[in-house]
Amino acid sequence: MSIDMAQFHQVFFEESFEGLDIMETGLLNLDMGDVDAEDINTIFRAAHSIKGGSGTFGFTAVSDFTHVMETLLDEMRDGRRQVTQVAVDVLLGSVDCLKEMLTAIQDEQEVDVASVNEYKKALEVELNGEQANEATTTVEAVVEPTQLTNSAGSGWSIAFSPHTDLLKTGNDPVRMFRELAELGQLTSVVDFQGVPDFYDLDPEDCHLSWNLEVVGDIPSADVDDIFDWVEESCDLAIQSLKQQSDDRHQYVPPVENKTETSTVETKKQAVVDDTESDLDKPKSTKKEPSKPAAKGSSSIRVDTGKIDTLINMVGELVITQSMLSLVGEHFELNKLDQLKNGLSQLERHTRELQESVMNIRMLPISFVFSRFPRLVHDLSTKLDKKIELVMVGENTEVDKTVVELLSDPLVHLVRNSLDHGIEMPADRIAAGKPEMGTITLEAYHRGGNIVIEVRDDGKGLNKEVLMAKAIEKGLIDADANLTDKQAYELIFMAGFSTAEKLTDVSGRGVGMDVVRRNIQSLGGNIEIISELGKGSTIAIHLPLTLAILDGQSIAVGDERFIIPLGAIIESINIKESMVNRVAGKGETFRLRDEYLPIVRMHEIFNVKNAQATKLTDGLVVVVDGQGMRCGLFIDDLLGQQQVVIKSLEANYRKVEGVSGATILGDGSVALILDIPGLVRLSNQ
Amino acid sequence: MASILAVDDSASMRQMVSFTLKGAGYTVVEAVDGVDALNKAKTQKFDCVVTDVNMPNKDGITLIKDLRALPNYKFIPMLMLTTESGMDKKQAGKAAGATGWIVKPFNPDQLLKTIKKVLG
Repeated sequence: MSIDMAQFHQVFFEESFEGLDIMETGLLNLDMGDVDAEDINTIFRAAHSIKGGSGTFGFTAVSDFTHVMETLLDEMRDGRRQVTQVAVDVLLGSVDCLKEMLTAIQDEQEVDVASVNEYKKALEVELNGEQANEATTTVEAVVEPTQLTNSAGSGWSIAFSPHTDLLKTGNDPVRMFRELAELGQLTSVVDFQGVPDFYDLDPEDCHLSWNLEVVGDIPSADVDDIFDWVEESCDLAIQSLKQQSDDRHQYVPPVENKTETSTVETKKQAVVDDTESDLDKPKSTKKEPSKPAAKGSSSIRVDTGKIDTLINMVGELVITQSMLSLVGEHFELNKLDQLKNGLSQLERHTRELQESVMNIRMLPISFVFSRFPRLVHDLSTKLDKKIELVMVGENTEVDKTVVELLSDPLVHLVRNSLDHGIEMPADRIAAGKPEMGTITLEAYHRGGNIVIEVRDDGKGLNKEVLMAKAIEKGLIDADANLTDKQAYELIFMAGFSTAEKLTDVSGRGVGMDVVRRNIQSLGGNIEIISELGKGSTIAIHLPLTLAILDGQSIAVGDERFIIPLGAIIESINIKESMVNRVAGKGETFRLRDEYLPIVRMHEIFNVKNAQATKLTDGLVVVVDGQGMRCGLFIDDLLGQQQVVIKSLEANYRKVEGVSGATILGDGSVALILDIPGLVRLSNQ
Repeated sequence: MASILAVDDSASMRQMVSFTLKGAGYTVVEAVDGVDALNKAKTQKFDCVVTDVNMPNKDGITLIKDLRALPNYKFIPMLMLTTESGMDKKQAGKAAGATGWIVKPFNPDQLLKTIKKVLG
């Protein structure tokens, strides 16, 4: 029977990656002073499962590698080995290495054998001290199982007297005899002497013993195999029939360990032979490497509860639909109320259905956060800083796409905090702060947005330093007069944070400008709050989902536009007295104590038949785009609705001031306004 | 056909064991750890138990011990799935009442052969 083992590979990879995460978290949480055996056990179990699975599914390089880790962990678990920071670091490195190996195998890419060997070496050094190399060779040396065959080919005589409790291990002598009979011609003589008096007889015990002879050219290993499981539950003497007759010399079954090793080796060999996977011959297996990234991101693991909700919702929808069709079948005017009810139900169910579908795409932010304990651990060691990472709101859910794209910007921000924010322990003590710095990652929902904050209690941003640097780089004029907030914004300017101090922690040539651009491309924005000497907070605001938007539709002439609802502050009719015209620079109006630029929508989008061309005739919608405000001059406000965002760029090209398009209920197309873009336009 | 309880915390191993045995016509029920297995063993009588050793909640050896204490499982074959490095567990397993073991890594044919051996 041949079974395609490849069908289990996906599950194996998934659980292995989960296992590696468990190992990583476990290792990071180990408290050197007071190691909990159960914690080590959890880590051990994860390694053990990966080893077992990889061996079974033919990834021998992975199982060999995990074997060394497992041995190390096993000794730690039994208390034979001290848990040291060095050992933990080596194990953490090995976890990384395994991740790379498994990812490569999964993507059918070549594994970096050199780096694997390096990690393996480190493990072996940790395990065996300097004799690591010797140890490896000894392992290699146990090869070629010695086939102990009965050269004479005459057979075996077996004296088998089971202990009374043999049956209670589920072993059945009859079954064993049947197997023996398959090896050669079997004769058995049963000895009843041990059977007690009927009244003393316990039917659950075994009282019989046997003298067996099996004749044929039978390897001793085959006979040993049959009795392998019962060795400790019986008295057993196996003699070669030939030797018995020749010199009465008793054959002693091979020493336990030896048999074990030989069977194991044979099995290993077999696995290597009949699978063509893995590192042993990395080049021969692949013709065309497939795209690596696609596999990981194309599937999503969904809580069954969410699916159940979805199914419930669909059920409700079907009921509403059948109710409506009943009403429609013989419609009379007195059924109008019923129809209205049905329609409002339909609306509610559609909205709920939409919400639960969107909910399926939602992942907890812990998917992103989970990599940070490790990052902070590694970097703080490297920088000789003492830093504690606090994570809050890890279960806050956010759209899968956002989760994937959020990772890199967050890594950059956390690195910055580690490198530039938190001071060296000595400086902290001098500043009257605790030696241990704290970086807090917090996620929470606010309105239709998710907010992610990276907070540190480090030295904070220094306005003077920032400005001096910006002047030096020619980014601002020497006499520029900036508010604190504007000064902080400097770090987002292209060319600000490059070069000068290229540590390998932060500043890999990617500046904060890229971070901001990434966040903006997700429809979000980023803000900085900082206090000199106390620390900084960088807050990222992102829409919960990228596919659906709460919008306000507006009319300009015959055109319809959508303004994201979250961007609208208020809508007003303005009076002539509020308007200021600056020659050549457009118009502003006074809103309470603020002067805001006016953007005439019909001019920007070249709408011919706008109803209102005089400012006092139309409406001004005050909108906020990344902290900057302006007034959009429009004809009229229409309804509020949720719109499905269709990309313009995918089908046409990027249009300034427009973030996408949508199809309205009547089938017409409306453009969705890009408010930050419009605000920028208005400032030009 | 005989019914088998397959216990392993690793989903891939569990699926592999279960798929192989089902393919050979056995009825298979899966359990994710010792506690799950014990509960399932109480509601239905299995003709054979195949269990991993290292598992959370209740390990394979404790499971075998607990099962042997149940009247229905006194003489039922119970096999441990163990790696060569876990062979020292063998002794403990035997003491708990394990019938035998299958050494990981194993392939489906080896598994079937052993199962046939104990189920006759």
